[in-house]
Amino acid sequence: MNIQRPIFALVLAGSLAAMALPASAQLTEQVPPPRLKWSFAGPFGKYDQAQLQRGFKIYREVCANCHSMDMLSFRNLADAGGPGFSEAQAEAVAAEYKVKDLDDLGNPIERAGRLADHFPAPFANELAAKATHGVAPPDMSTLAKARSYSRGFPWFVFDMVTQYQEHGPDYIAAYLNGYKDAPKGFVLPEGGHYNEYFPGHTTAMPPPLQAGQVTYDDASPQTAEQYSKDAAAFLMWAAEPHLDARKRIGFQVMIFLIVLAGLMYFTKKKVWSAVH
Amino acid sequence: MSGHATYQPTNRVLQWLEKRLPIGGLVHSSFIAYPTPRNLNYWWAFGGILSFMLGVQIITGIVLAMHYTPHVDMAFKSIEIVMRDVNFGWLLRYLHANGAAMFFLAVYIHMFRGLYYGSYKEPREVLWILGVILYLLMMATGFMGYVLVWGQMSFWAATVITNLFSAIPGVGDAIVTWLWGGYAVGNPTLNRFYSLHYLLPFVIAGVVVLHVWALHVTGQNNPTGIEPKSDQDTVSFTPYATIKDGFLMVCFCILFAWFVFYIPNFLGHSDNYIPANPAVTPSEIVPEWYYLPFYAILRSIPNKLLGVIALFGSIGILAFLPWLDTSKVRSARYRPLFRQFFWLFVIAAVGLGWLGTKPPEGIYVILARILTFYYFAFFLIVLPLLGIFEKTKPLPNSISESVLGAKA
Repeated sequence: MNIQRPIFALVLAGSLAAMALPASAQLTEQVPPPRLKWSFAGPFGKYDQAQLQRGFKIYREVCANCHSMDMLSFRNLADAGGPGFSEAQAEAVAAEYKVKDLDDLGNPIERAGRLADHFPAPFANELAAKATHGVAPPDMSTLAKARSYSRGFPWFVFDMVTQYQEHGPDYIAAYLNGYKDAPKGFVLPEGGHYNEYFPGHTTAMPPPLQAGQVTYDDASPQTAEQYSKDAAAFLMWAAEPHLDARKRIGFQVMIFLIVLAGLMYFTKKKVWSAVH
Repeated sequence: MSGHATYQPTNRVLQWLEKRLPIGGLVHSSFIAYPTPRNLNYWWAFGGILSFMLGVQIITGIVLAMHYTPHVDMAFKSIEIVMRDVNFGWLLRYLHANGAAMFFLAVYIHMFRGLYYGSYKEPREVLWILGVILYLLMMATGFMGYVLVWGQMSFWAATVITNLFSAIPGVGDAIVTWLWGGYAVGNPTLNRFYSLHYLLPFVIAGVVVLHVWALHVTGQNNPTGIEPKSDQDTVSFTPYATIKDGFLMVCFCILFAWFVFYIPNFLGHSDNYIPANPAVTPSEIVPEWYYLPFYAILRSIPNKLLGVIALFGSIGILAFLPWLDTSKVRSARYRPLFRQFFWLFVIAAVGLGWLGTKPPEGIYVILARILTFYYFAFFLIVLPLLGIFEKTKPLPNSISESVLGAKA
């Protein structure tokens, strides 16, 4: 047994060393985006209504020109835990959109949008989008959860404990603001744009946000950096509209379970005291 | 489930029922009077936790099925509707998705516990084999459930896994076409996966009944690995085991709730929030974490057919464990050498899991081959030989002696 111990320790050390090596090698594949502060991070996180409203403005004036957002309806704008529009405001937003429908005789018409309507897509179908843009711009409904980056070992273990879940918005904010001149020797395919954070660096989308492009209703700085953050926060809400409720209920559940576990523990001790 | 002599209901209605259907006596003898070894530690609580998780999965699954549409054009969308518009749909869906992960976490602990304490040895061979069948059924059910989401990773996982059968010489391609119900993963595939994903949990529940039945015939193993000899060695299931299992179950629920409420997408892959697209292959295709060790074994072998054989062999070999382990001593407590090889096996299994996430190239392939070799060597070389050469420590005379001796 005494001879076995060192062998065991050696194998353990070897396997740990092997695990640590490739984690750093992997970083070259995708540049990790900087970690930003998000109001919705952590166990008590909540969306910042003003930020979601700003983000919605960017979506509407910039993103929506090319991107659909099929899963969301105008009524969602007035949902609890969302951008905090009143129902009347959401209705007014809907009315500014033209929605395709049929009249009573079955003839195709265009009418003003209503709360129950989904956000209309900027193109008739995916093929049309592809023909216009070269690549069909992805639907934005689940985008913030569909984008991520690998943190590698051992960081992903810590993320489990620290509840770091904002890979998507961090990446999107970095990507929106990550356009640069291609470094020397980098061959940019035609129609491609160099982006520091996009995997492979060649993205089809031209730089979407320039300073001063969208006029904010509040005093937030109208910089590309702020736009990127607000758009990313909005997309997170679009992908996870019940996050506020989830974290709020989660805290209540945790308190309940911890108290129950305590009661169970002392009951167990009492029951078993006769045996031990 | 044997005998119900101690159960005498005082209530007249229950007396009447007991004469006609002795179900009260069955419950009483199985879950109240049933003697359990007094020295069971918390690793023995995972059987109860697994039953609880099966219940959670079936209940959340049935409600989710009410809102789900098994059609290639609507599956992804119907789940998003669950997440957005169904009252507490997000909770049901996150409970179900993370519940599967928790189910596997618990089953792995349960299996490693059985391995460590030699719970598979005579007379518990059938109990163990039923467990291996349960594990296989769980893997099939979990895989099909993952496909139902119909995201990119669902679709490509389905493609990769079903394609494994094409390695079978001669009839492989015909089998794959038959599995798909077409010439590619498509609507018929999604439909049959949905049907089977609904069916298999009830098959699991049925085999669980057999598993518990077999357990109640042989009685539980315990950390010493020696059989109870007198009433002093056991305590009744209720209240002793129920409260102990219950306490750990609540602790397990805290972990479960942590995932569901705070990091619900941690264990998933972000690509599965992109609707399935047969025209675009994701940059990496990785299975859920609980299949990763087997995925690494599959990819560590350059020949496809041999890889598939190794994959199924790595699970199938578990069924032969009772006969591969030749040692007469059950518990690793009294097997100093086995204990070290056991922990190496745990490291190899976790290491293979990590390698399953890595591309099969360079150092990763070499490491995967070493660990795959150890995985099989553990069962085929180490365990048979240890029984012959290992010098085990003396066993205590009885369970109560080991408990009291430890206290003194």
